[in-house]
Amino acid sequence: MTMQQFFPNGIETYLVGGLLMGVSVSFAFAMSGLVTGMSTVFSSTWSFVSRLEFFRQDRFVSSRGWRLALAIGLVLGAALFLVTAAHRATFQTQVPWWRLAVGGFIAGFGARMSNGCTSGHGICGIGSFQIPSILAVVIFVATAIVTAQLVAAFGGA
Amino acid sequence: MKASTLIVALLTGVLFGFGLAYSSMVKPEVVLSFLRFEDFGLLFVLGGAVVVTAIAYWVLPRIMAGPVLGGAFGRHPSEMALRTMGGAVLFGVGWGLSGVCPGPALAGLGVGNWPLLIAILGMFAGAYLQGLLASVRSPANPGVAH
Repeated sequence: MTMQQFFPNGIETYLVGGLLMGVSVSFAFAMSGLVTGMSTVFSSTWSFVSRLEFFRQDRFVSSRGWRLALAIGLVLGAALFLVTAAHRATFQTQVPWWRLAVGGFIAGFGARMSNGCTSGHGICGIGSFQIPSILAVVIFVATAIVTAQLVAAFGGA
Repeated sequence: MKASTLIVALLTGVLFGFGLAYSSMVKPEVVLSFLRFEDFGLLFVLGGAVVVTAIAYWVLPRIMAGPVLGGAFGRHPSEMALRTMGGAVLFGVGWGLSGVCPGPALAGLGVGNWPLLIAILGMFAGAYLQGLLASVRSPANPGVAH
């Protein structure tokens, strides 16, 4: 095996992007003490409209404003990349709509049940050396690999 | 909520979203190529982000009395519980099926990846069902036990 086989697109864009994300998470922590997992917004935003007691917990209501601002920032930041990039082509995924819908639903349910996703457990949780988060990441990477390989085995792109 | 918190969160999102787009994580195909062992670049995205974050989380509380704009340093609520691990099993299945997780789903809209709106709607629906089921399980004490 060679470097080319493991990293057909090199490592630079991956590493630089990851470092920028780390700087961003550190900035939120340094300035306002915020721990910026990205999945909580999918629960906290429901507190604006739902009467369910669950969504009226203080951890959602007290953070729903900044979490929504964070989500809006994600869209703006990616758009900023688009207008500053050398190749200004927009990108649209070819993953079938039903896999986006079903996968999104299961991922949303699972991330909120687990109280963390790739950023919450993966970046913030591992970044604070928390064993439950490290275990959660090992588990979800494993089930994601199995799922993606099964989809590929059954002819999915 | 302080206006400064909103501005910090917005700027954080902008830089994080830029990083997600720069590292091509807004393309589900790139995530899926990692999960199929075709391109291990995602490890450098996660690794780069974790190293910087770990340094900040470890150093800042030791050299600063509190965050620059006031308040207290937060901590990711990580719980050694069945729901944490069971949720992770499900999250991985959904992630592996779609190639999409919460951050890239939102950031993807910024590069015109409109089909990801479907995944975002799915995530809102999944999060709602999770809250609904959690309410049913422990209606008397919705915030704490589960």
